[in-house]
Amino acid sequence: MAQIENDLSPGTAARLAAGLAGFARGLVRGVLLLRESWVGMLGAGILVFWVMVAILAPVLAPFPPDQQISPLINAPPMSVADAGHAFFTDEEMLITDGTERYLLGGDGLGRDVLSRLIYGARSVLIYAPIATGFAYAIGILMGLLAGYKRGWIDDVLSRISDMILAFPVLVLYVVIITVMERSAVNIVLAVTFASAPGIMRIVRGLVLDLRNRDYVAAAQTRGESSWYIMFREILPNARGPLIVDACLRLGYTTITIGVLGFLGLGLPPPDPNWGNLIAENRNIALTAPHSTVFPCLAISSLVLALNLLADGLREISLKD
Amino acid sequence: MIFFLAKRIVLMLLTMLVVSIILFAVLEVNVENLATRVLGQFATPIQREDWLRDNGYLRPIYVRYFEWITGMLQGDFGHSTRFNVPVSEMLWGRLANTGLLGLCVFAVMIPLALTLGILSGMKEGSSLDRSITFVSVMTTSVPEFASAVLMSAVFVFALGWLPGTSGMTQGFNWAEMVLPVAVLVMYGFGYIARMMRASMAEVMHSAYIRTAVLKGLPYQRVIVRHALRNAMIAPFTVIILQINWLLSGVIVVEYFFAYQGFGALLLDAALNVDIDLIMACAMVATVVAVATQTIADIGYTYLNPRIRFS
Repeated sequence: MAQIENDLSPGTAARLAAGLAGFARGLVRGVLLLRESWVGMLGAGILVFWVMVAILAPVLAPFPPDQQISPLINAPPMSVADAGHAFFTDEEMLITDGTERYLLGGDGLGRDVLSRLIYGARSVLIYAPIATGFAYAIGILMGLLAGYKRGWIDDVLSRISDMILAFPVLVLYVVIITVMERSAVNIVLAVTFASAPGIMRIVRGLVLDLRNRDYVAAAQTRGESSWYIMFREILPNARGPLIVDACLRLGYTTITIGVLGFLGLGLPPPDPNWGNLIAENRNIALTAPHSTVFPCLAISSLVLALNLLADGLREISLKD
Repeated sequence: MIFFLAKRIVLMLLTMLVVSIILFAVLEVNVENLATRVLGQFATPIQREDWLRDNGYLRPIYVRYFEWITGMLQGDFGHSTRFNVPVSEMLWGRLANTGLLGLCVFAVMIPLALTLGILSGMKEGSSLDRSITFVSVMTTSVPEFASAVLMSAVFVFALGWLPGTSGMTQGFNWAEMVLPVAVLVMYGFGYIARMMRASMAEVMHSAYIRTAVLKGLPYQRVIVRHALRNAMIAPFTVIILQINWLLSGVIVVEYFFAYQGFGALLLDAALNVDIDLIMACAMVATVVAVATQTIADIGYTYLNPRIRFS
């Protein structure tokens, strides 16, 4: 109990604030460094674009994502609904007045592809980072323990992750999601389960190198706890490769969430995430491709952004 | 060497055992769902219960697992509830189809990726290197389902050059293979090309290449005779391990193009809680995973004599 009270003392708060300020400074410095790599800048630019789209979705989207206007079912891009058709919003029935224009066309239920695309950015940009973050939390913990403690902990964790990694990833996802049901939580769990072992391997490799450094020996001599050494001495020094890997992995997770949506195993239906948009309109992909082509371009551009960003960061880290 | 192989085979059997136990236990959660899948959603609870009892699903799990594993050891993979035939009747034909698809993919992807990787690794930082790297980052960023949709939109919808499905309903047809192979190649080649580039670039910096150039050998000869042989070692492992990746990759492609392969079979089995079929597919996946890993390790030691079996 005394320990907890001690942790909340003003000194700790000040240290926490200093830590946050340090993190912010690091972020700013990272952005400034990124200017040296045009590839990284391009990636960051596309990423910022999609983040803005996701945040401003209600402002940018011309229609609510679930609003169905029946004359515009499978309508090609730039179609306008004739005046005098009834359609429904959540609250009331409205009549089209001839100004409803679907810039990217309508989907199989007469919804605006553009609006669904814009709202879909939200679901990708929320769930992909959450899932990746979760996987990282578990993977880092496993990697630090395995690499720093060694011994039987290392053996057990390494065997478990070898076994999971030996299995084809998508097979793993399909089995997990079909056994549990389709929901956001289960997708996060499945991604964590499948990618934590890979992260653990990377962290473990880095720790095996860093644990023999002088500053670790110094901390051990000072009598610091092994948790302190793992999280305050080793982890901060392993962050470079981990940040690059996190960017790449965020891209994989985006693809994974898209693939699960595409296979009909993703987030449950009304959700307009990009994988679902493609799955919903797959049967008309060969006759009215507009409703599937644009979500495909969107998800590809987001993954490309993350890959370019990772490339840029790696390029910069190799320079120093 | 024999000892190494034996160790790997034991490891494989052990992995299969653990995977099968975990999977069997996990699938048990959904066993009631299975009756719904078979009888349809309008069956009454009593009908479902009857069906489960008649087919032995209400017996304790260890009894059924024991039955499954003894069958497995005798080469009996069980019965598919989805297709209502013995699993072995579905499995091998589908695997052969996927094997053919994989062979076509590798036949196109490997030469393409290696050539591009060598070209870009030869002169690191040249404009050719930069453009190849950029293209490979771009193509690996397009998920398989997205490139399947985009390529279909262009070659099937707009141009009408190729068939949109690859069901092979009227016998084998090469035209139906083009799009599935193209999609898989497009997604996969970038990774191998990057590995080849990295390996080639590293070799080009080594002292013996500098010596070869300085003693006046023609550049082409330096590349072909000296650099390539050593640069090929690392990508070899990557290429073999890609077989494992392909097993995942085919699920999306086979589903999209309705190709009758292993991936589509596994997806079908999983969506219909077809326990015996899922188990059989998982066992195949485990064997492929461990076998490719072993082949990669053995090949690596042969190519690189500095490494020895331990």
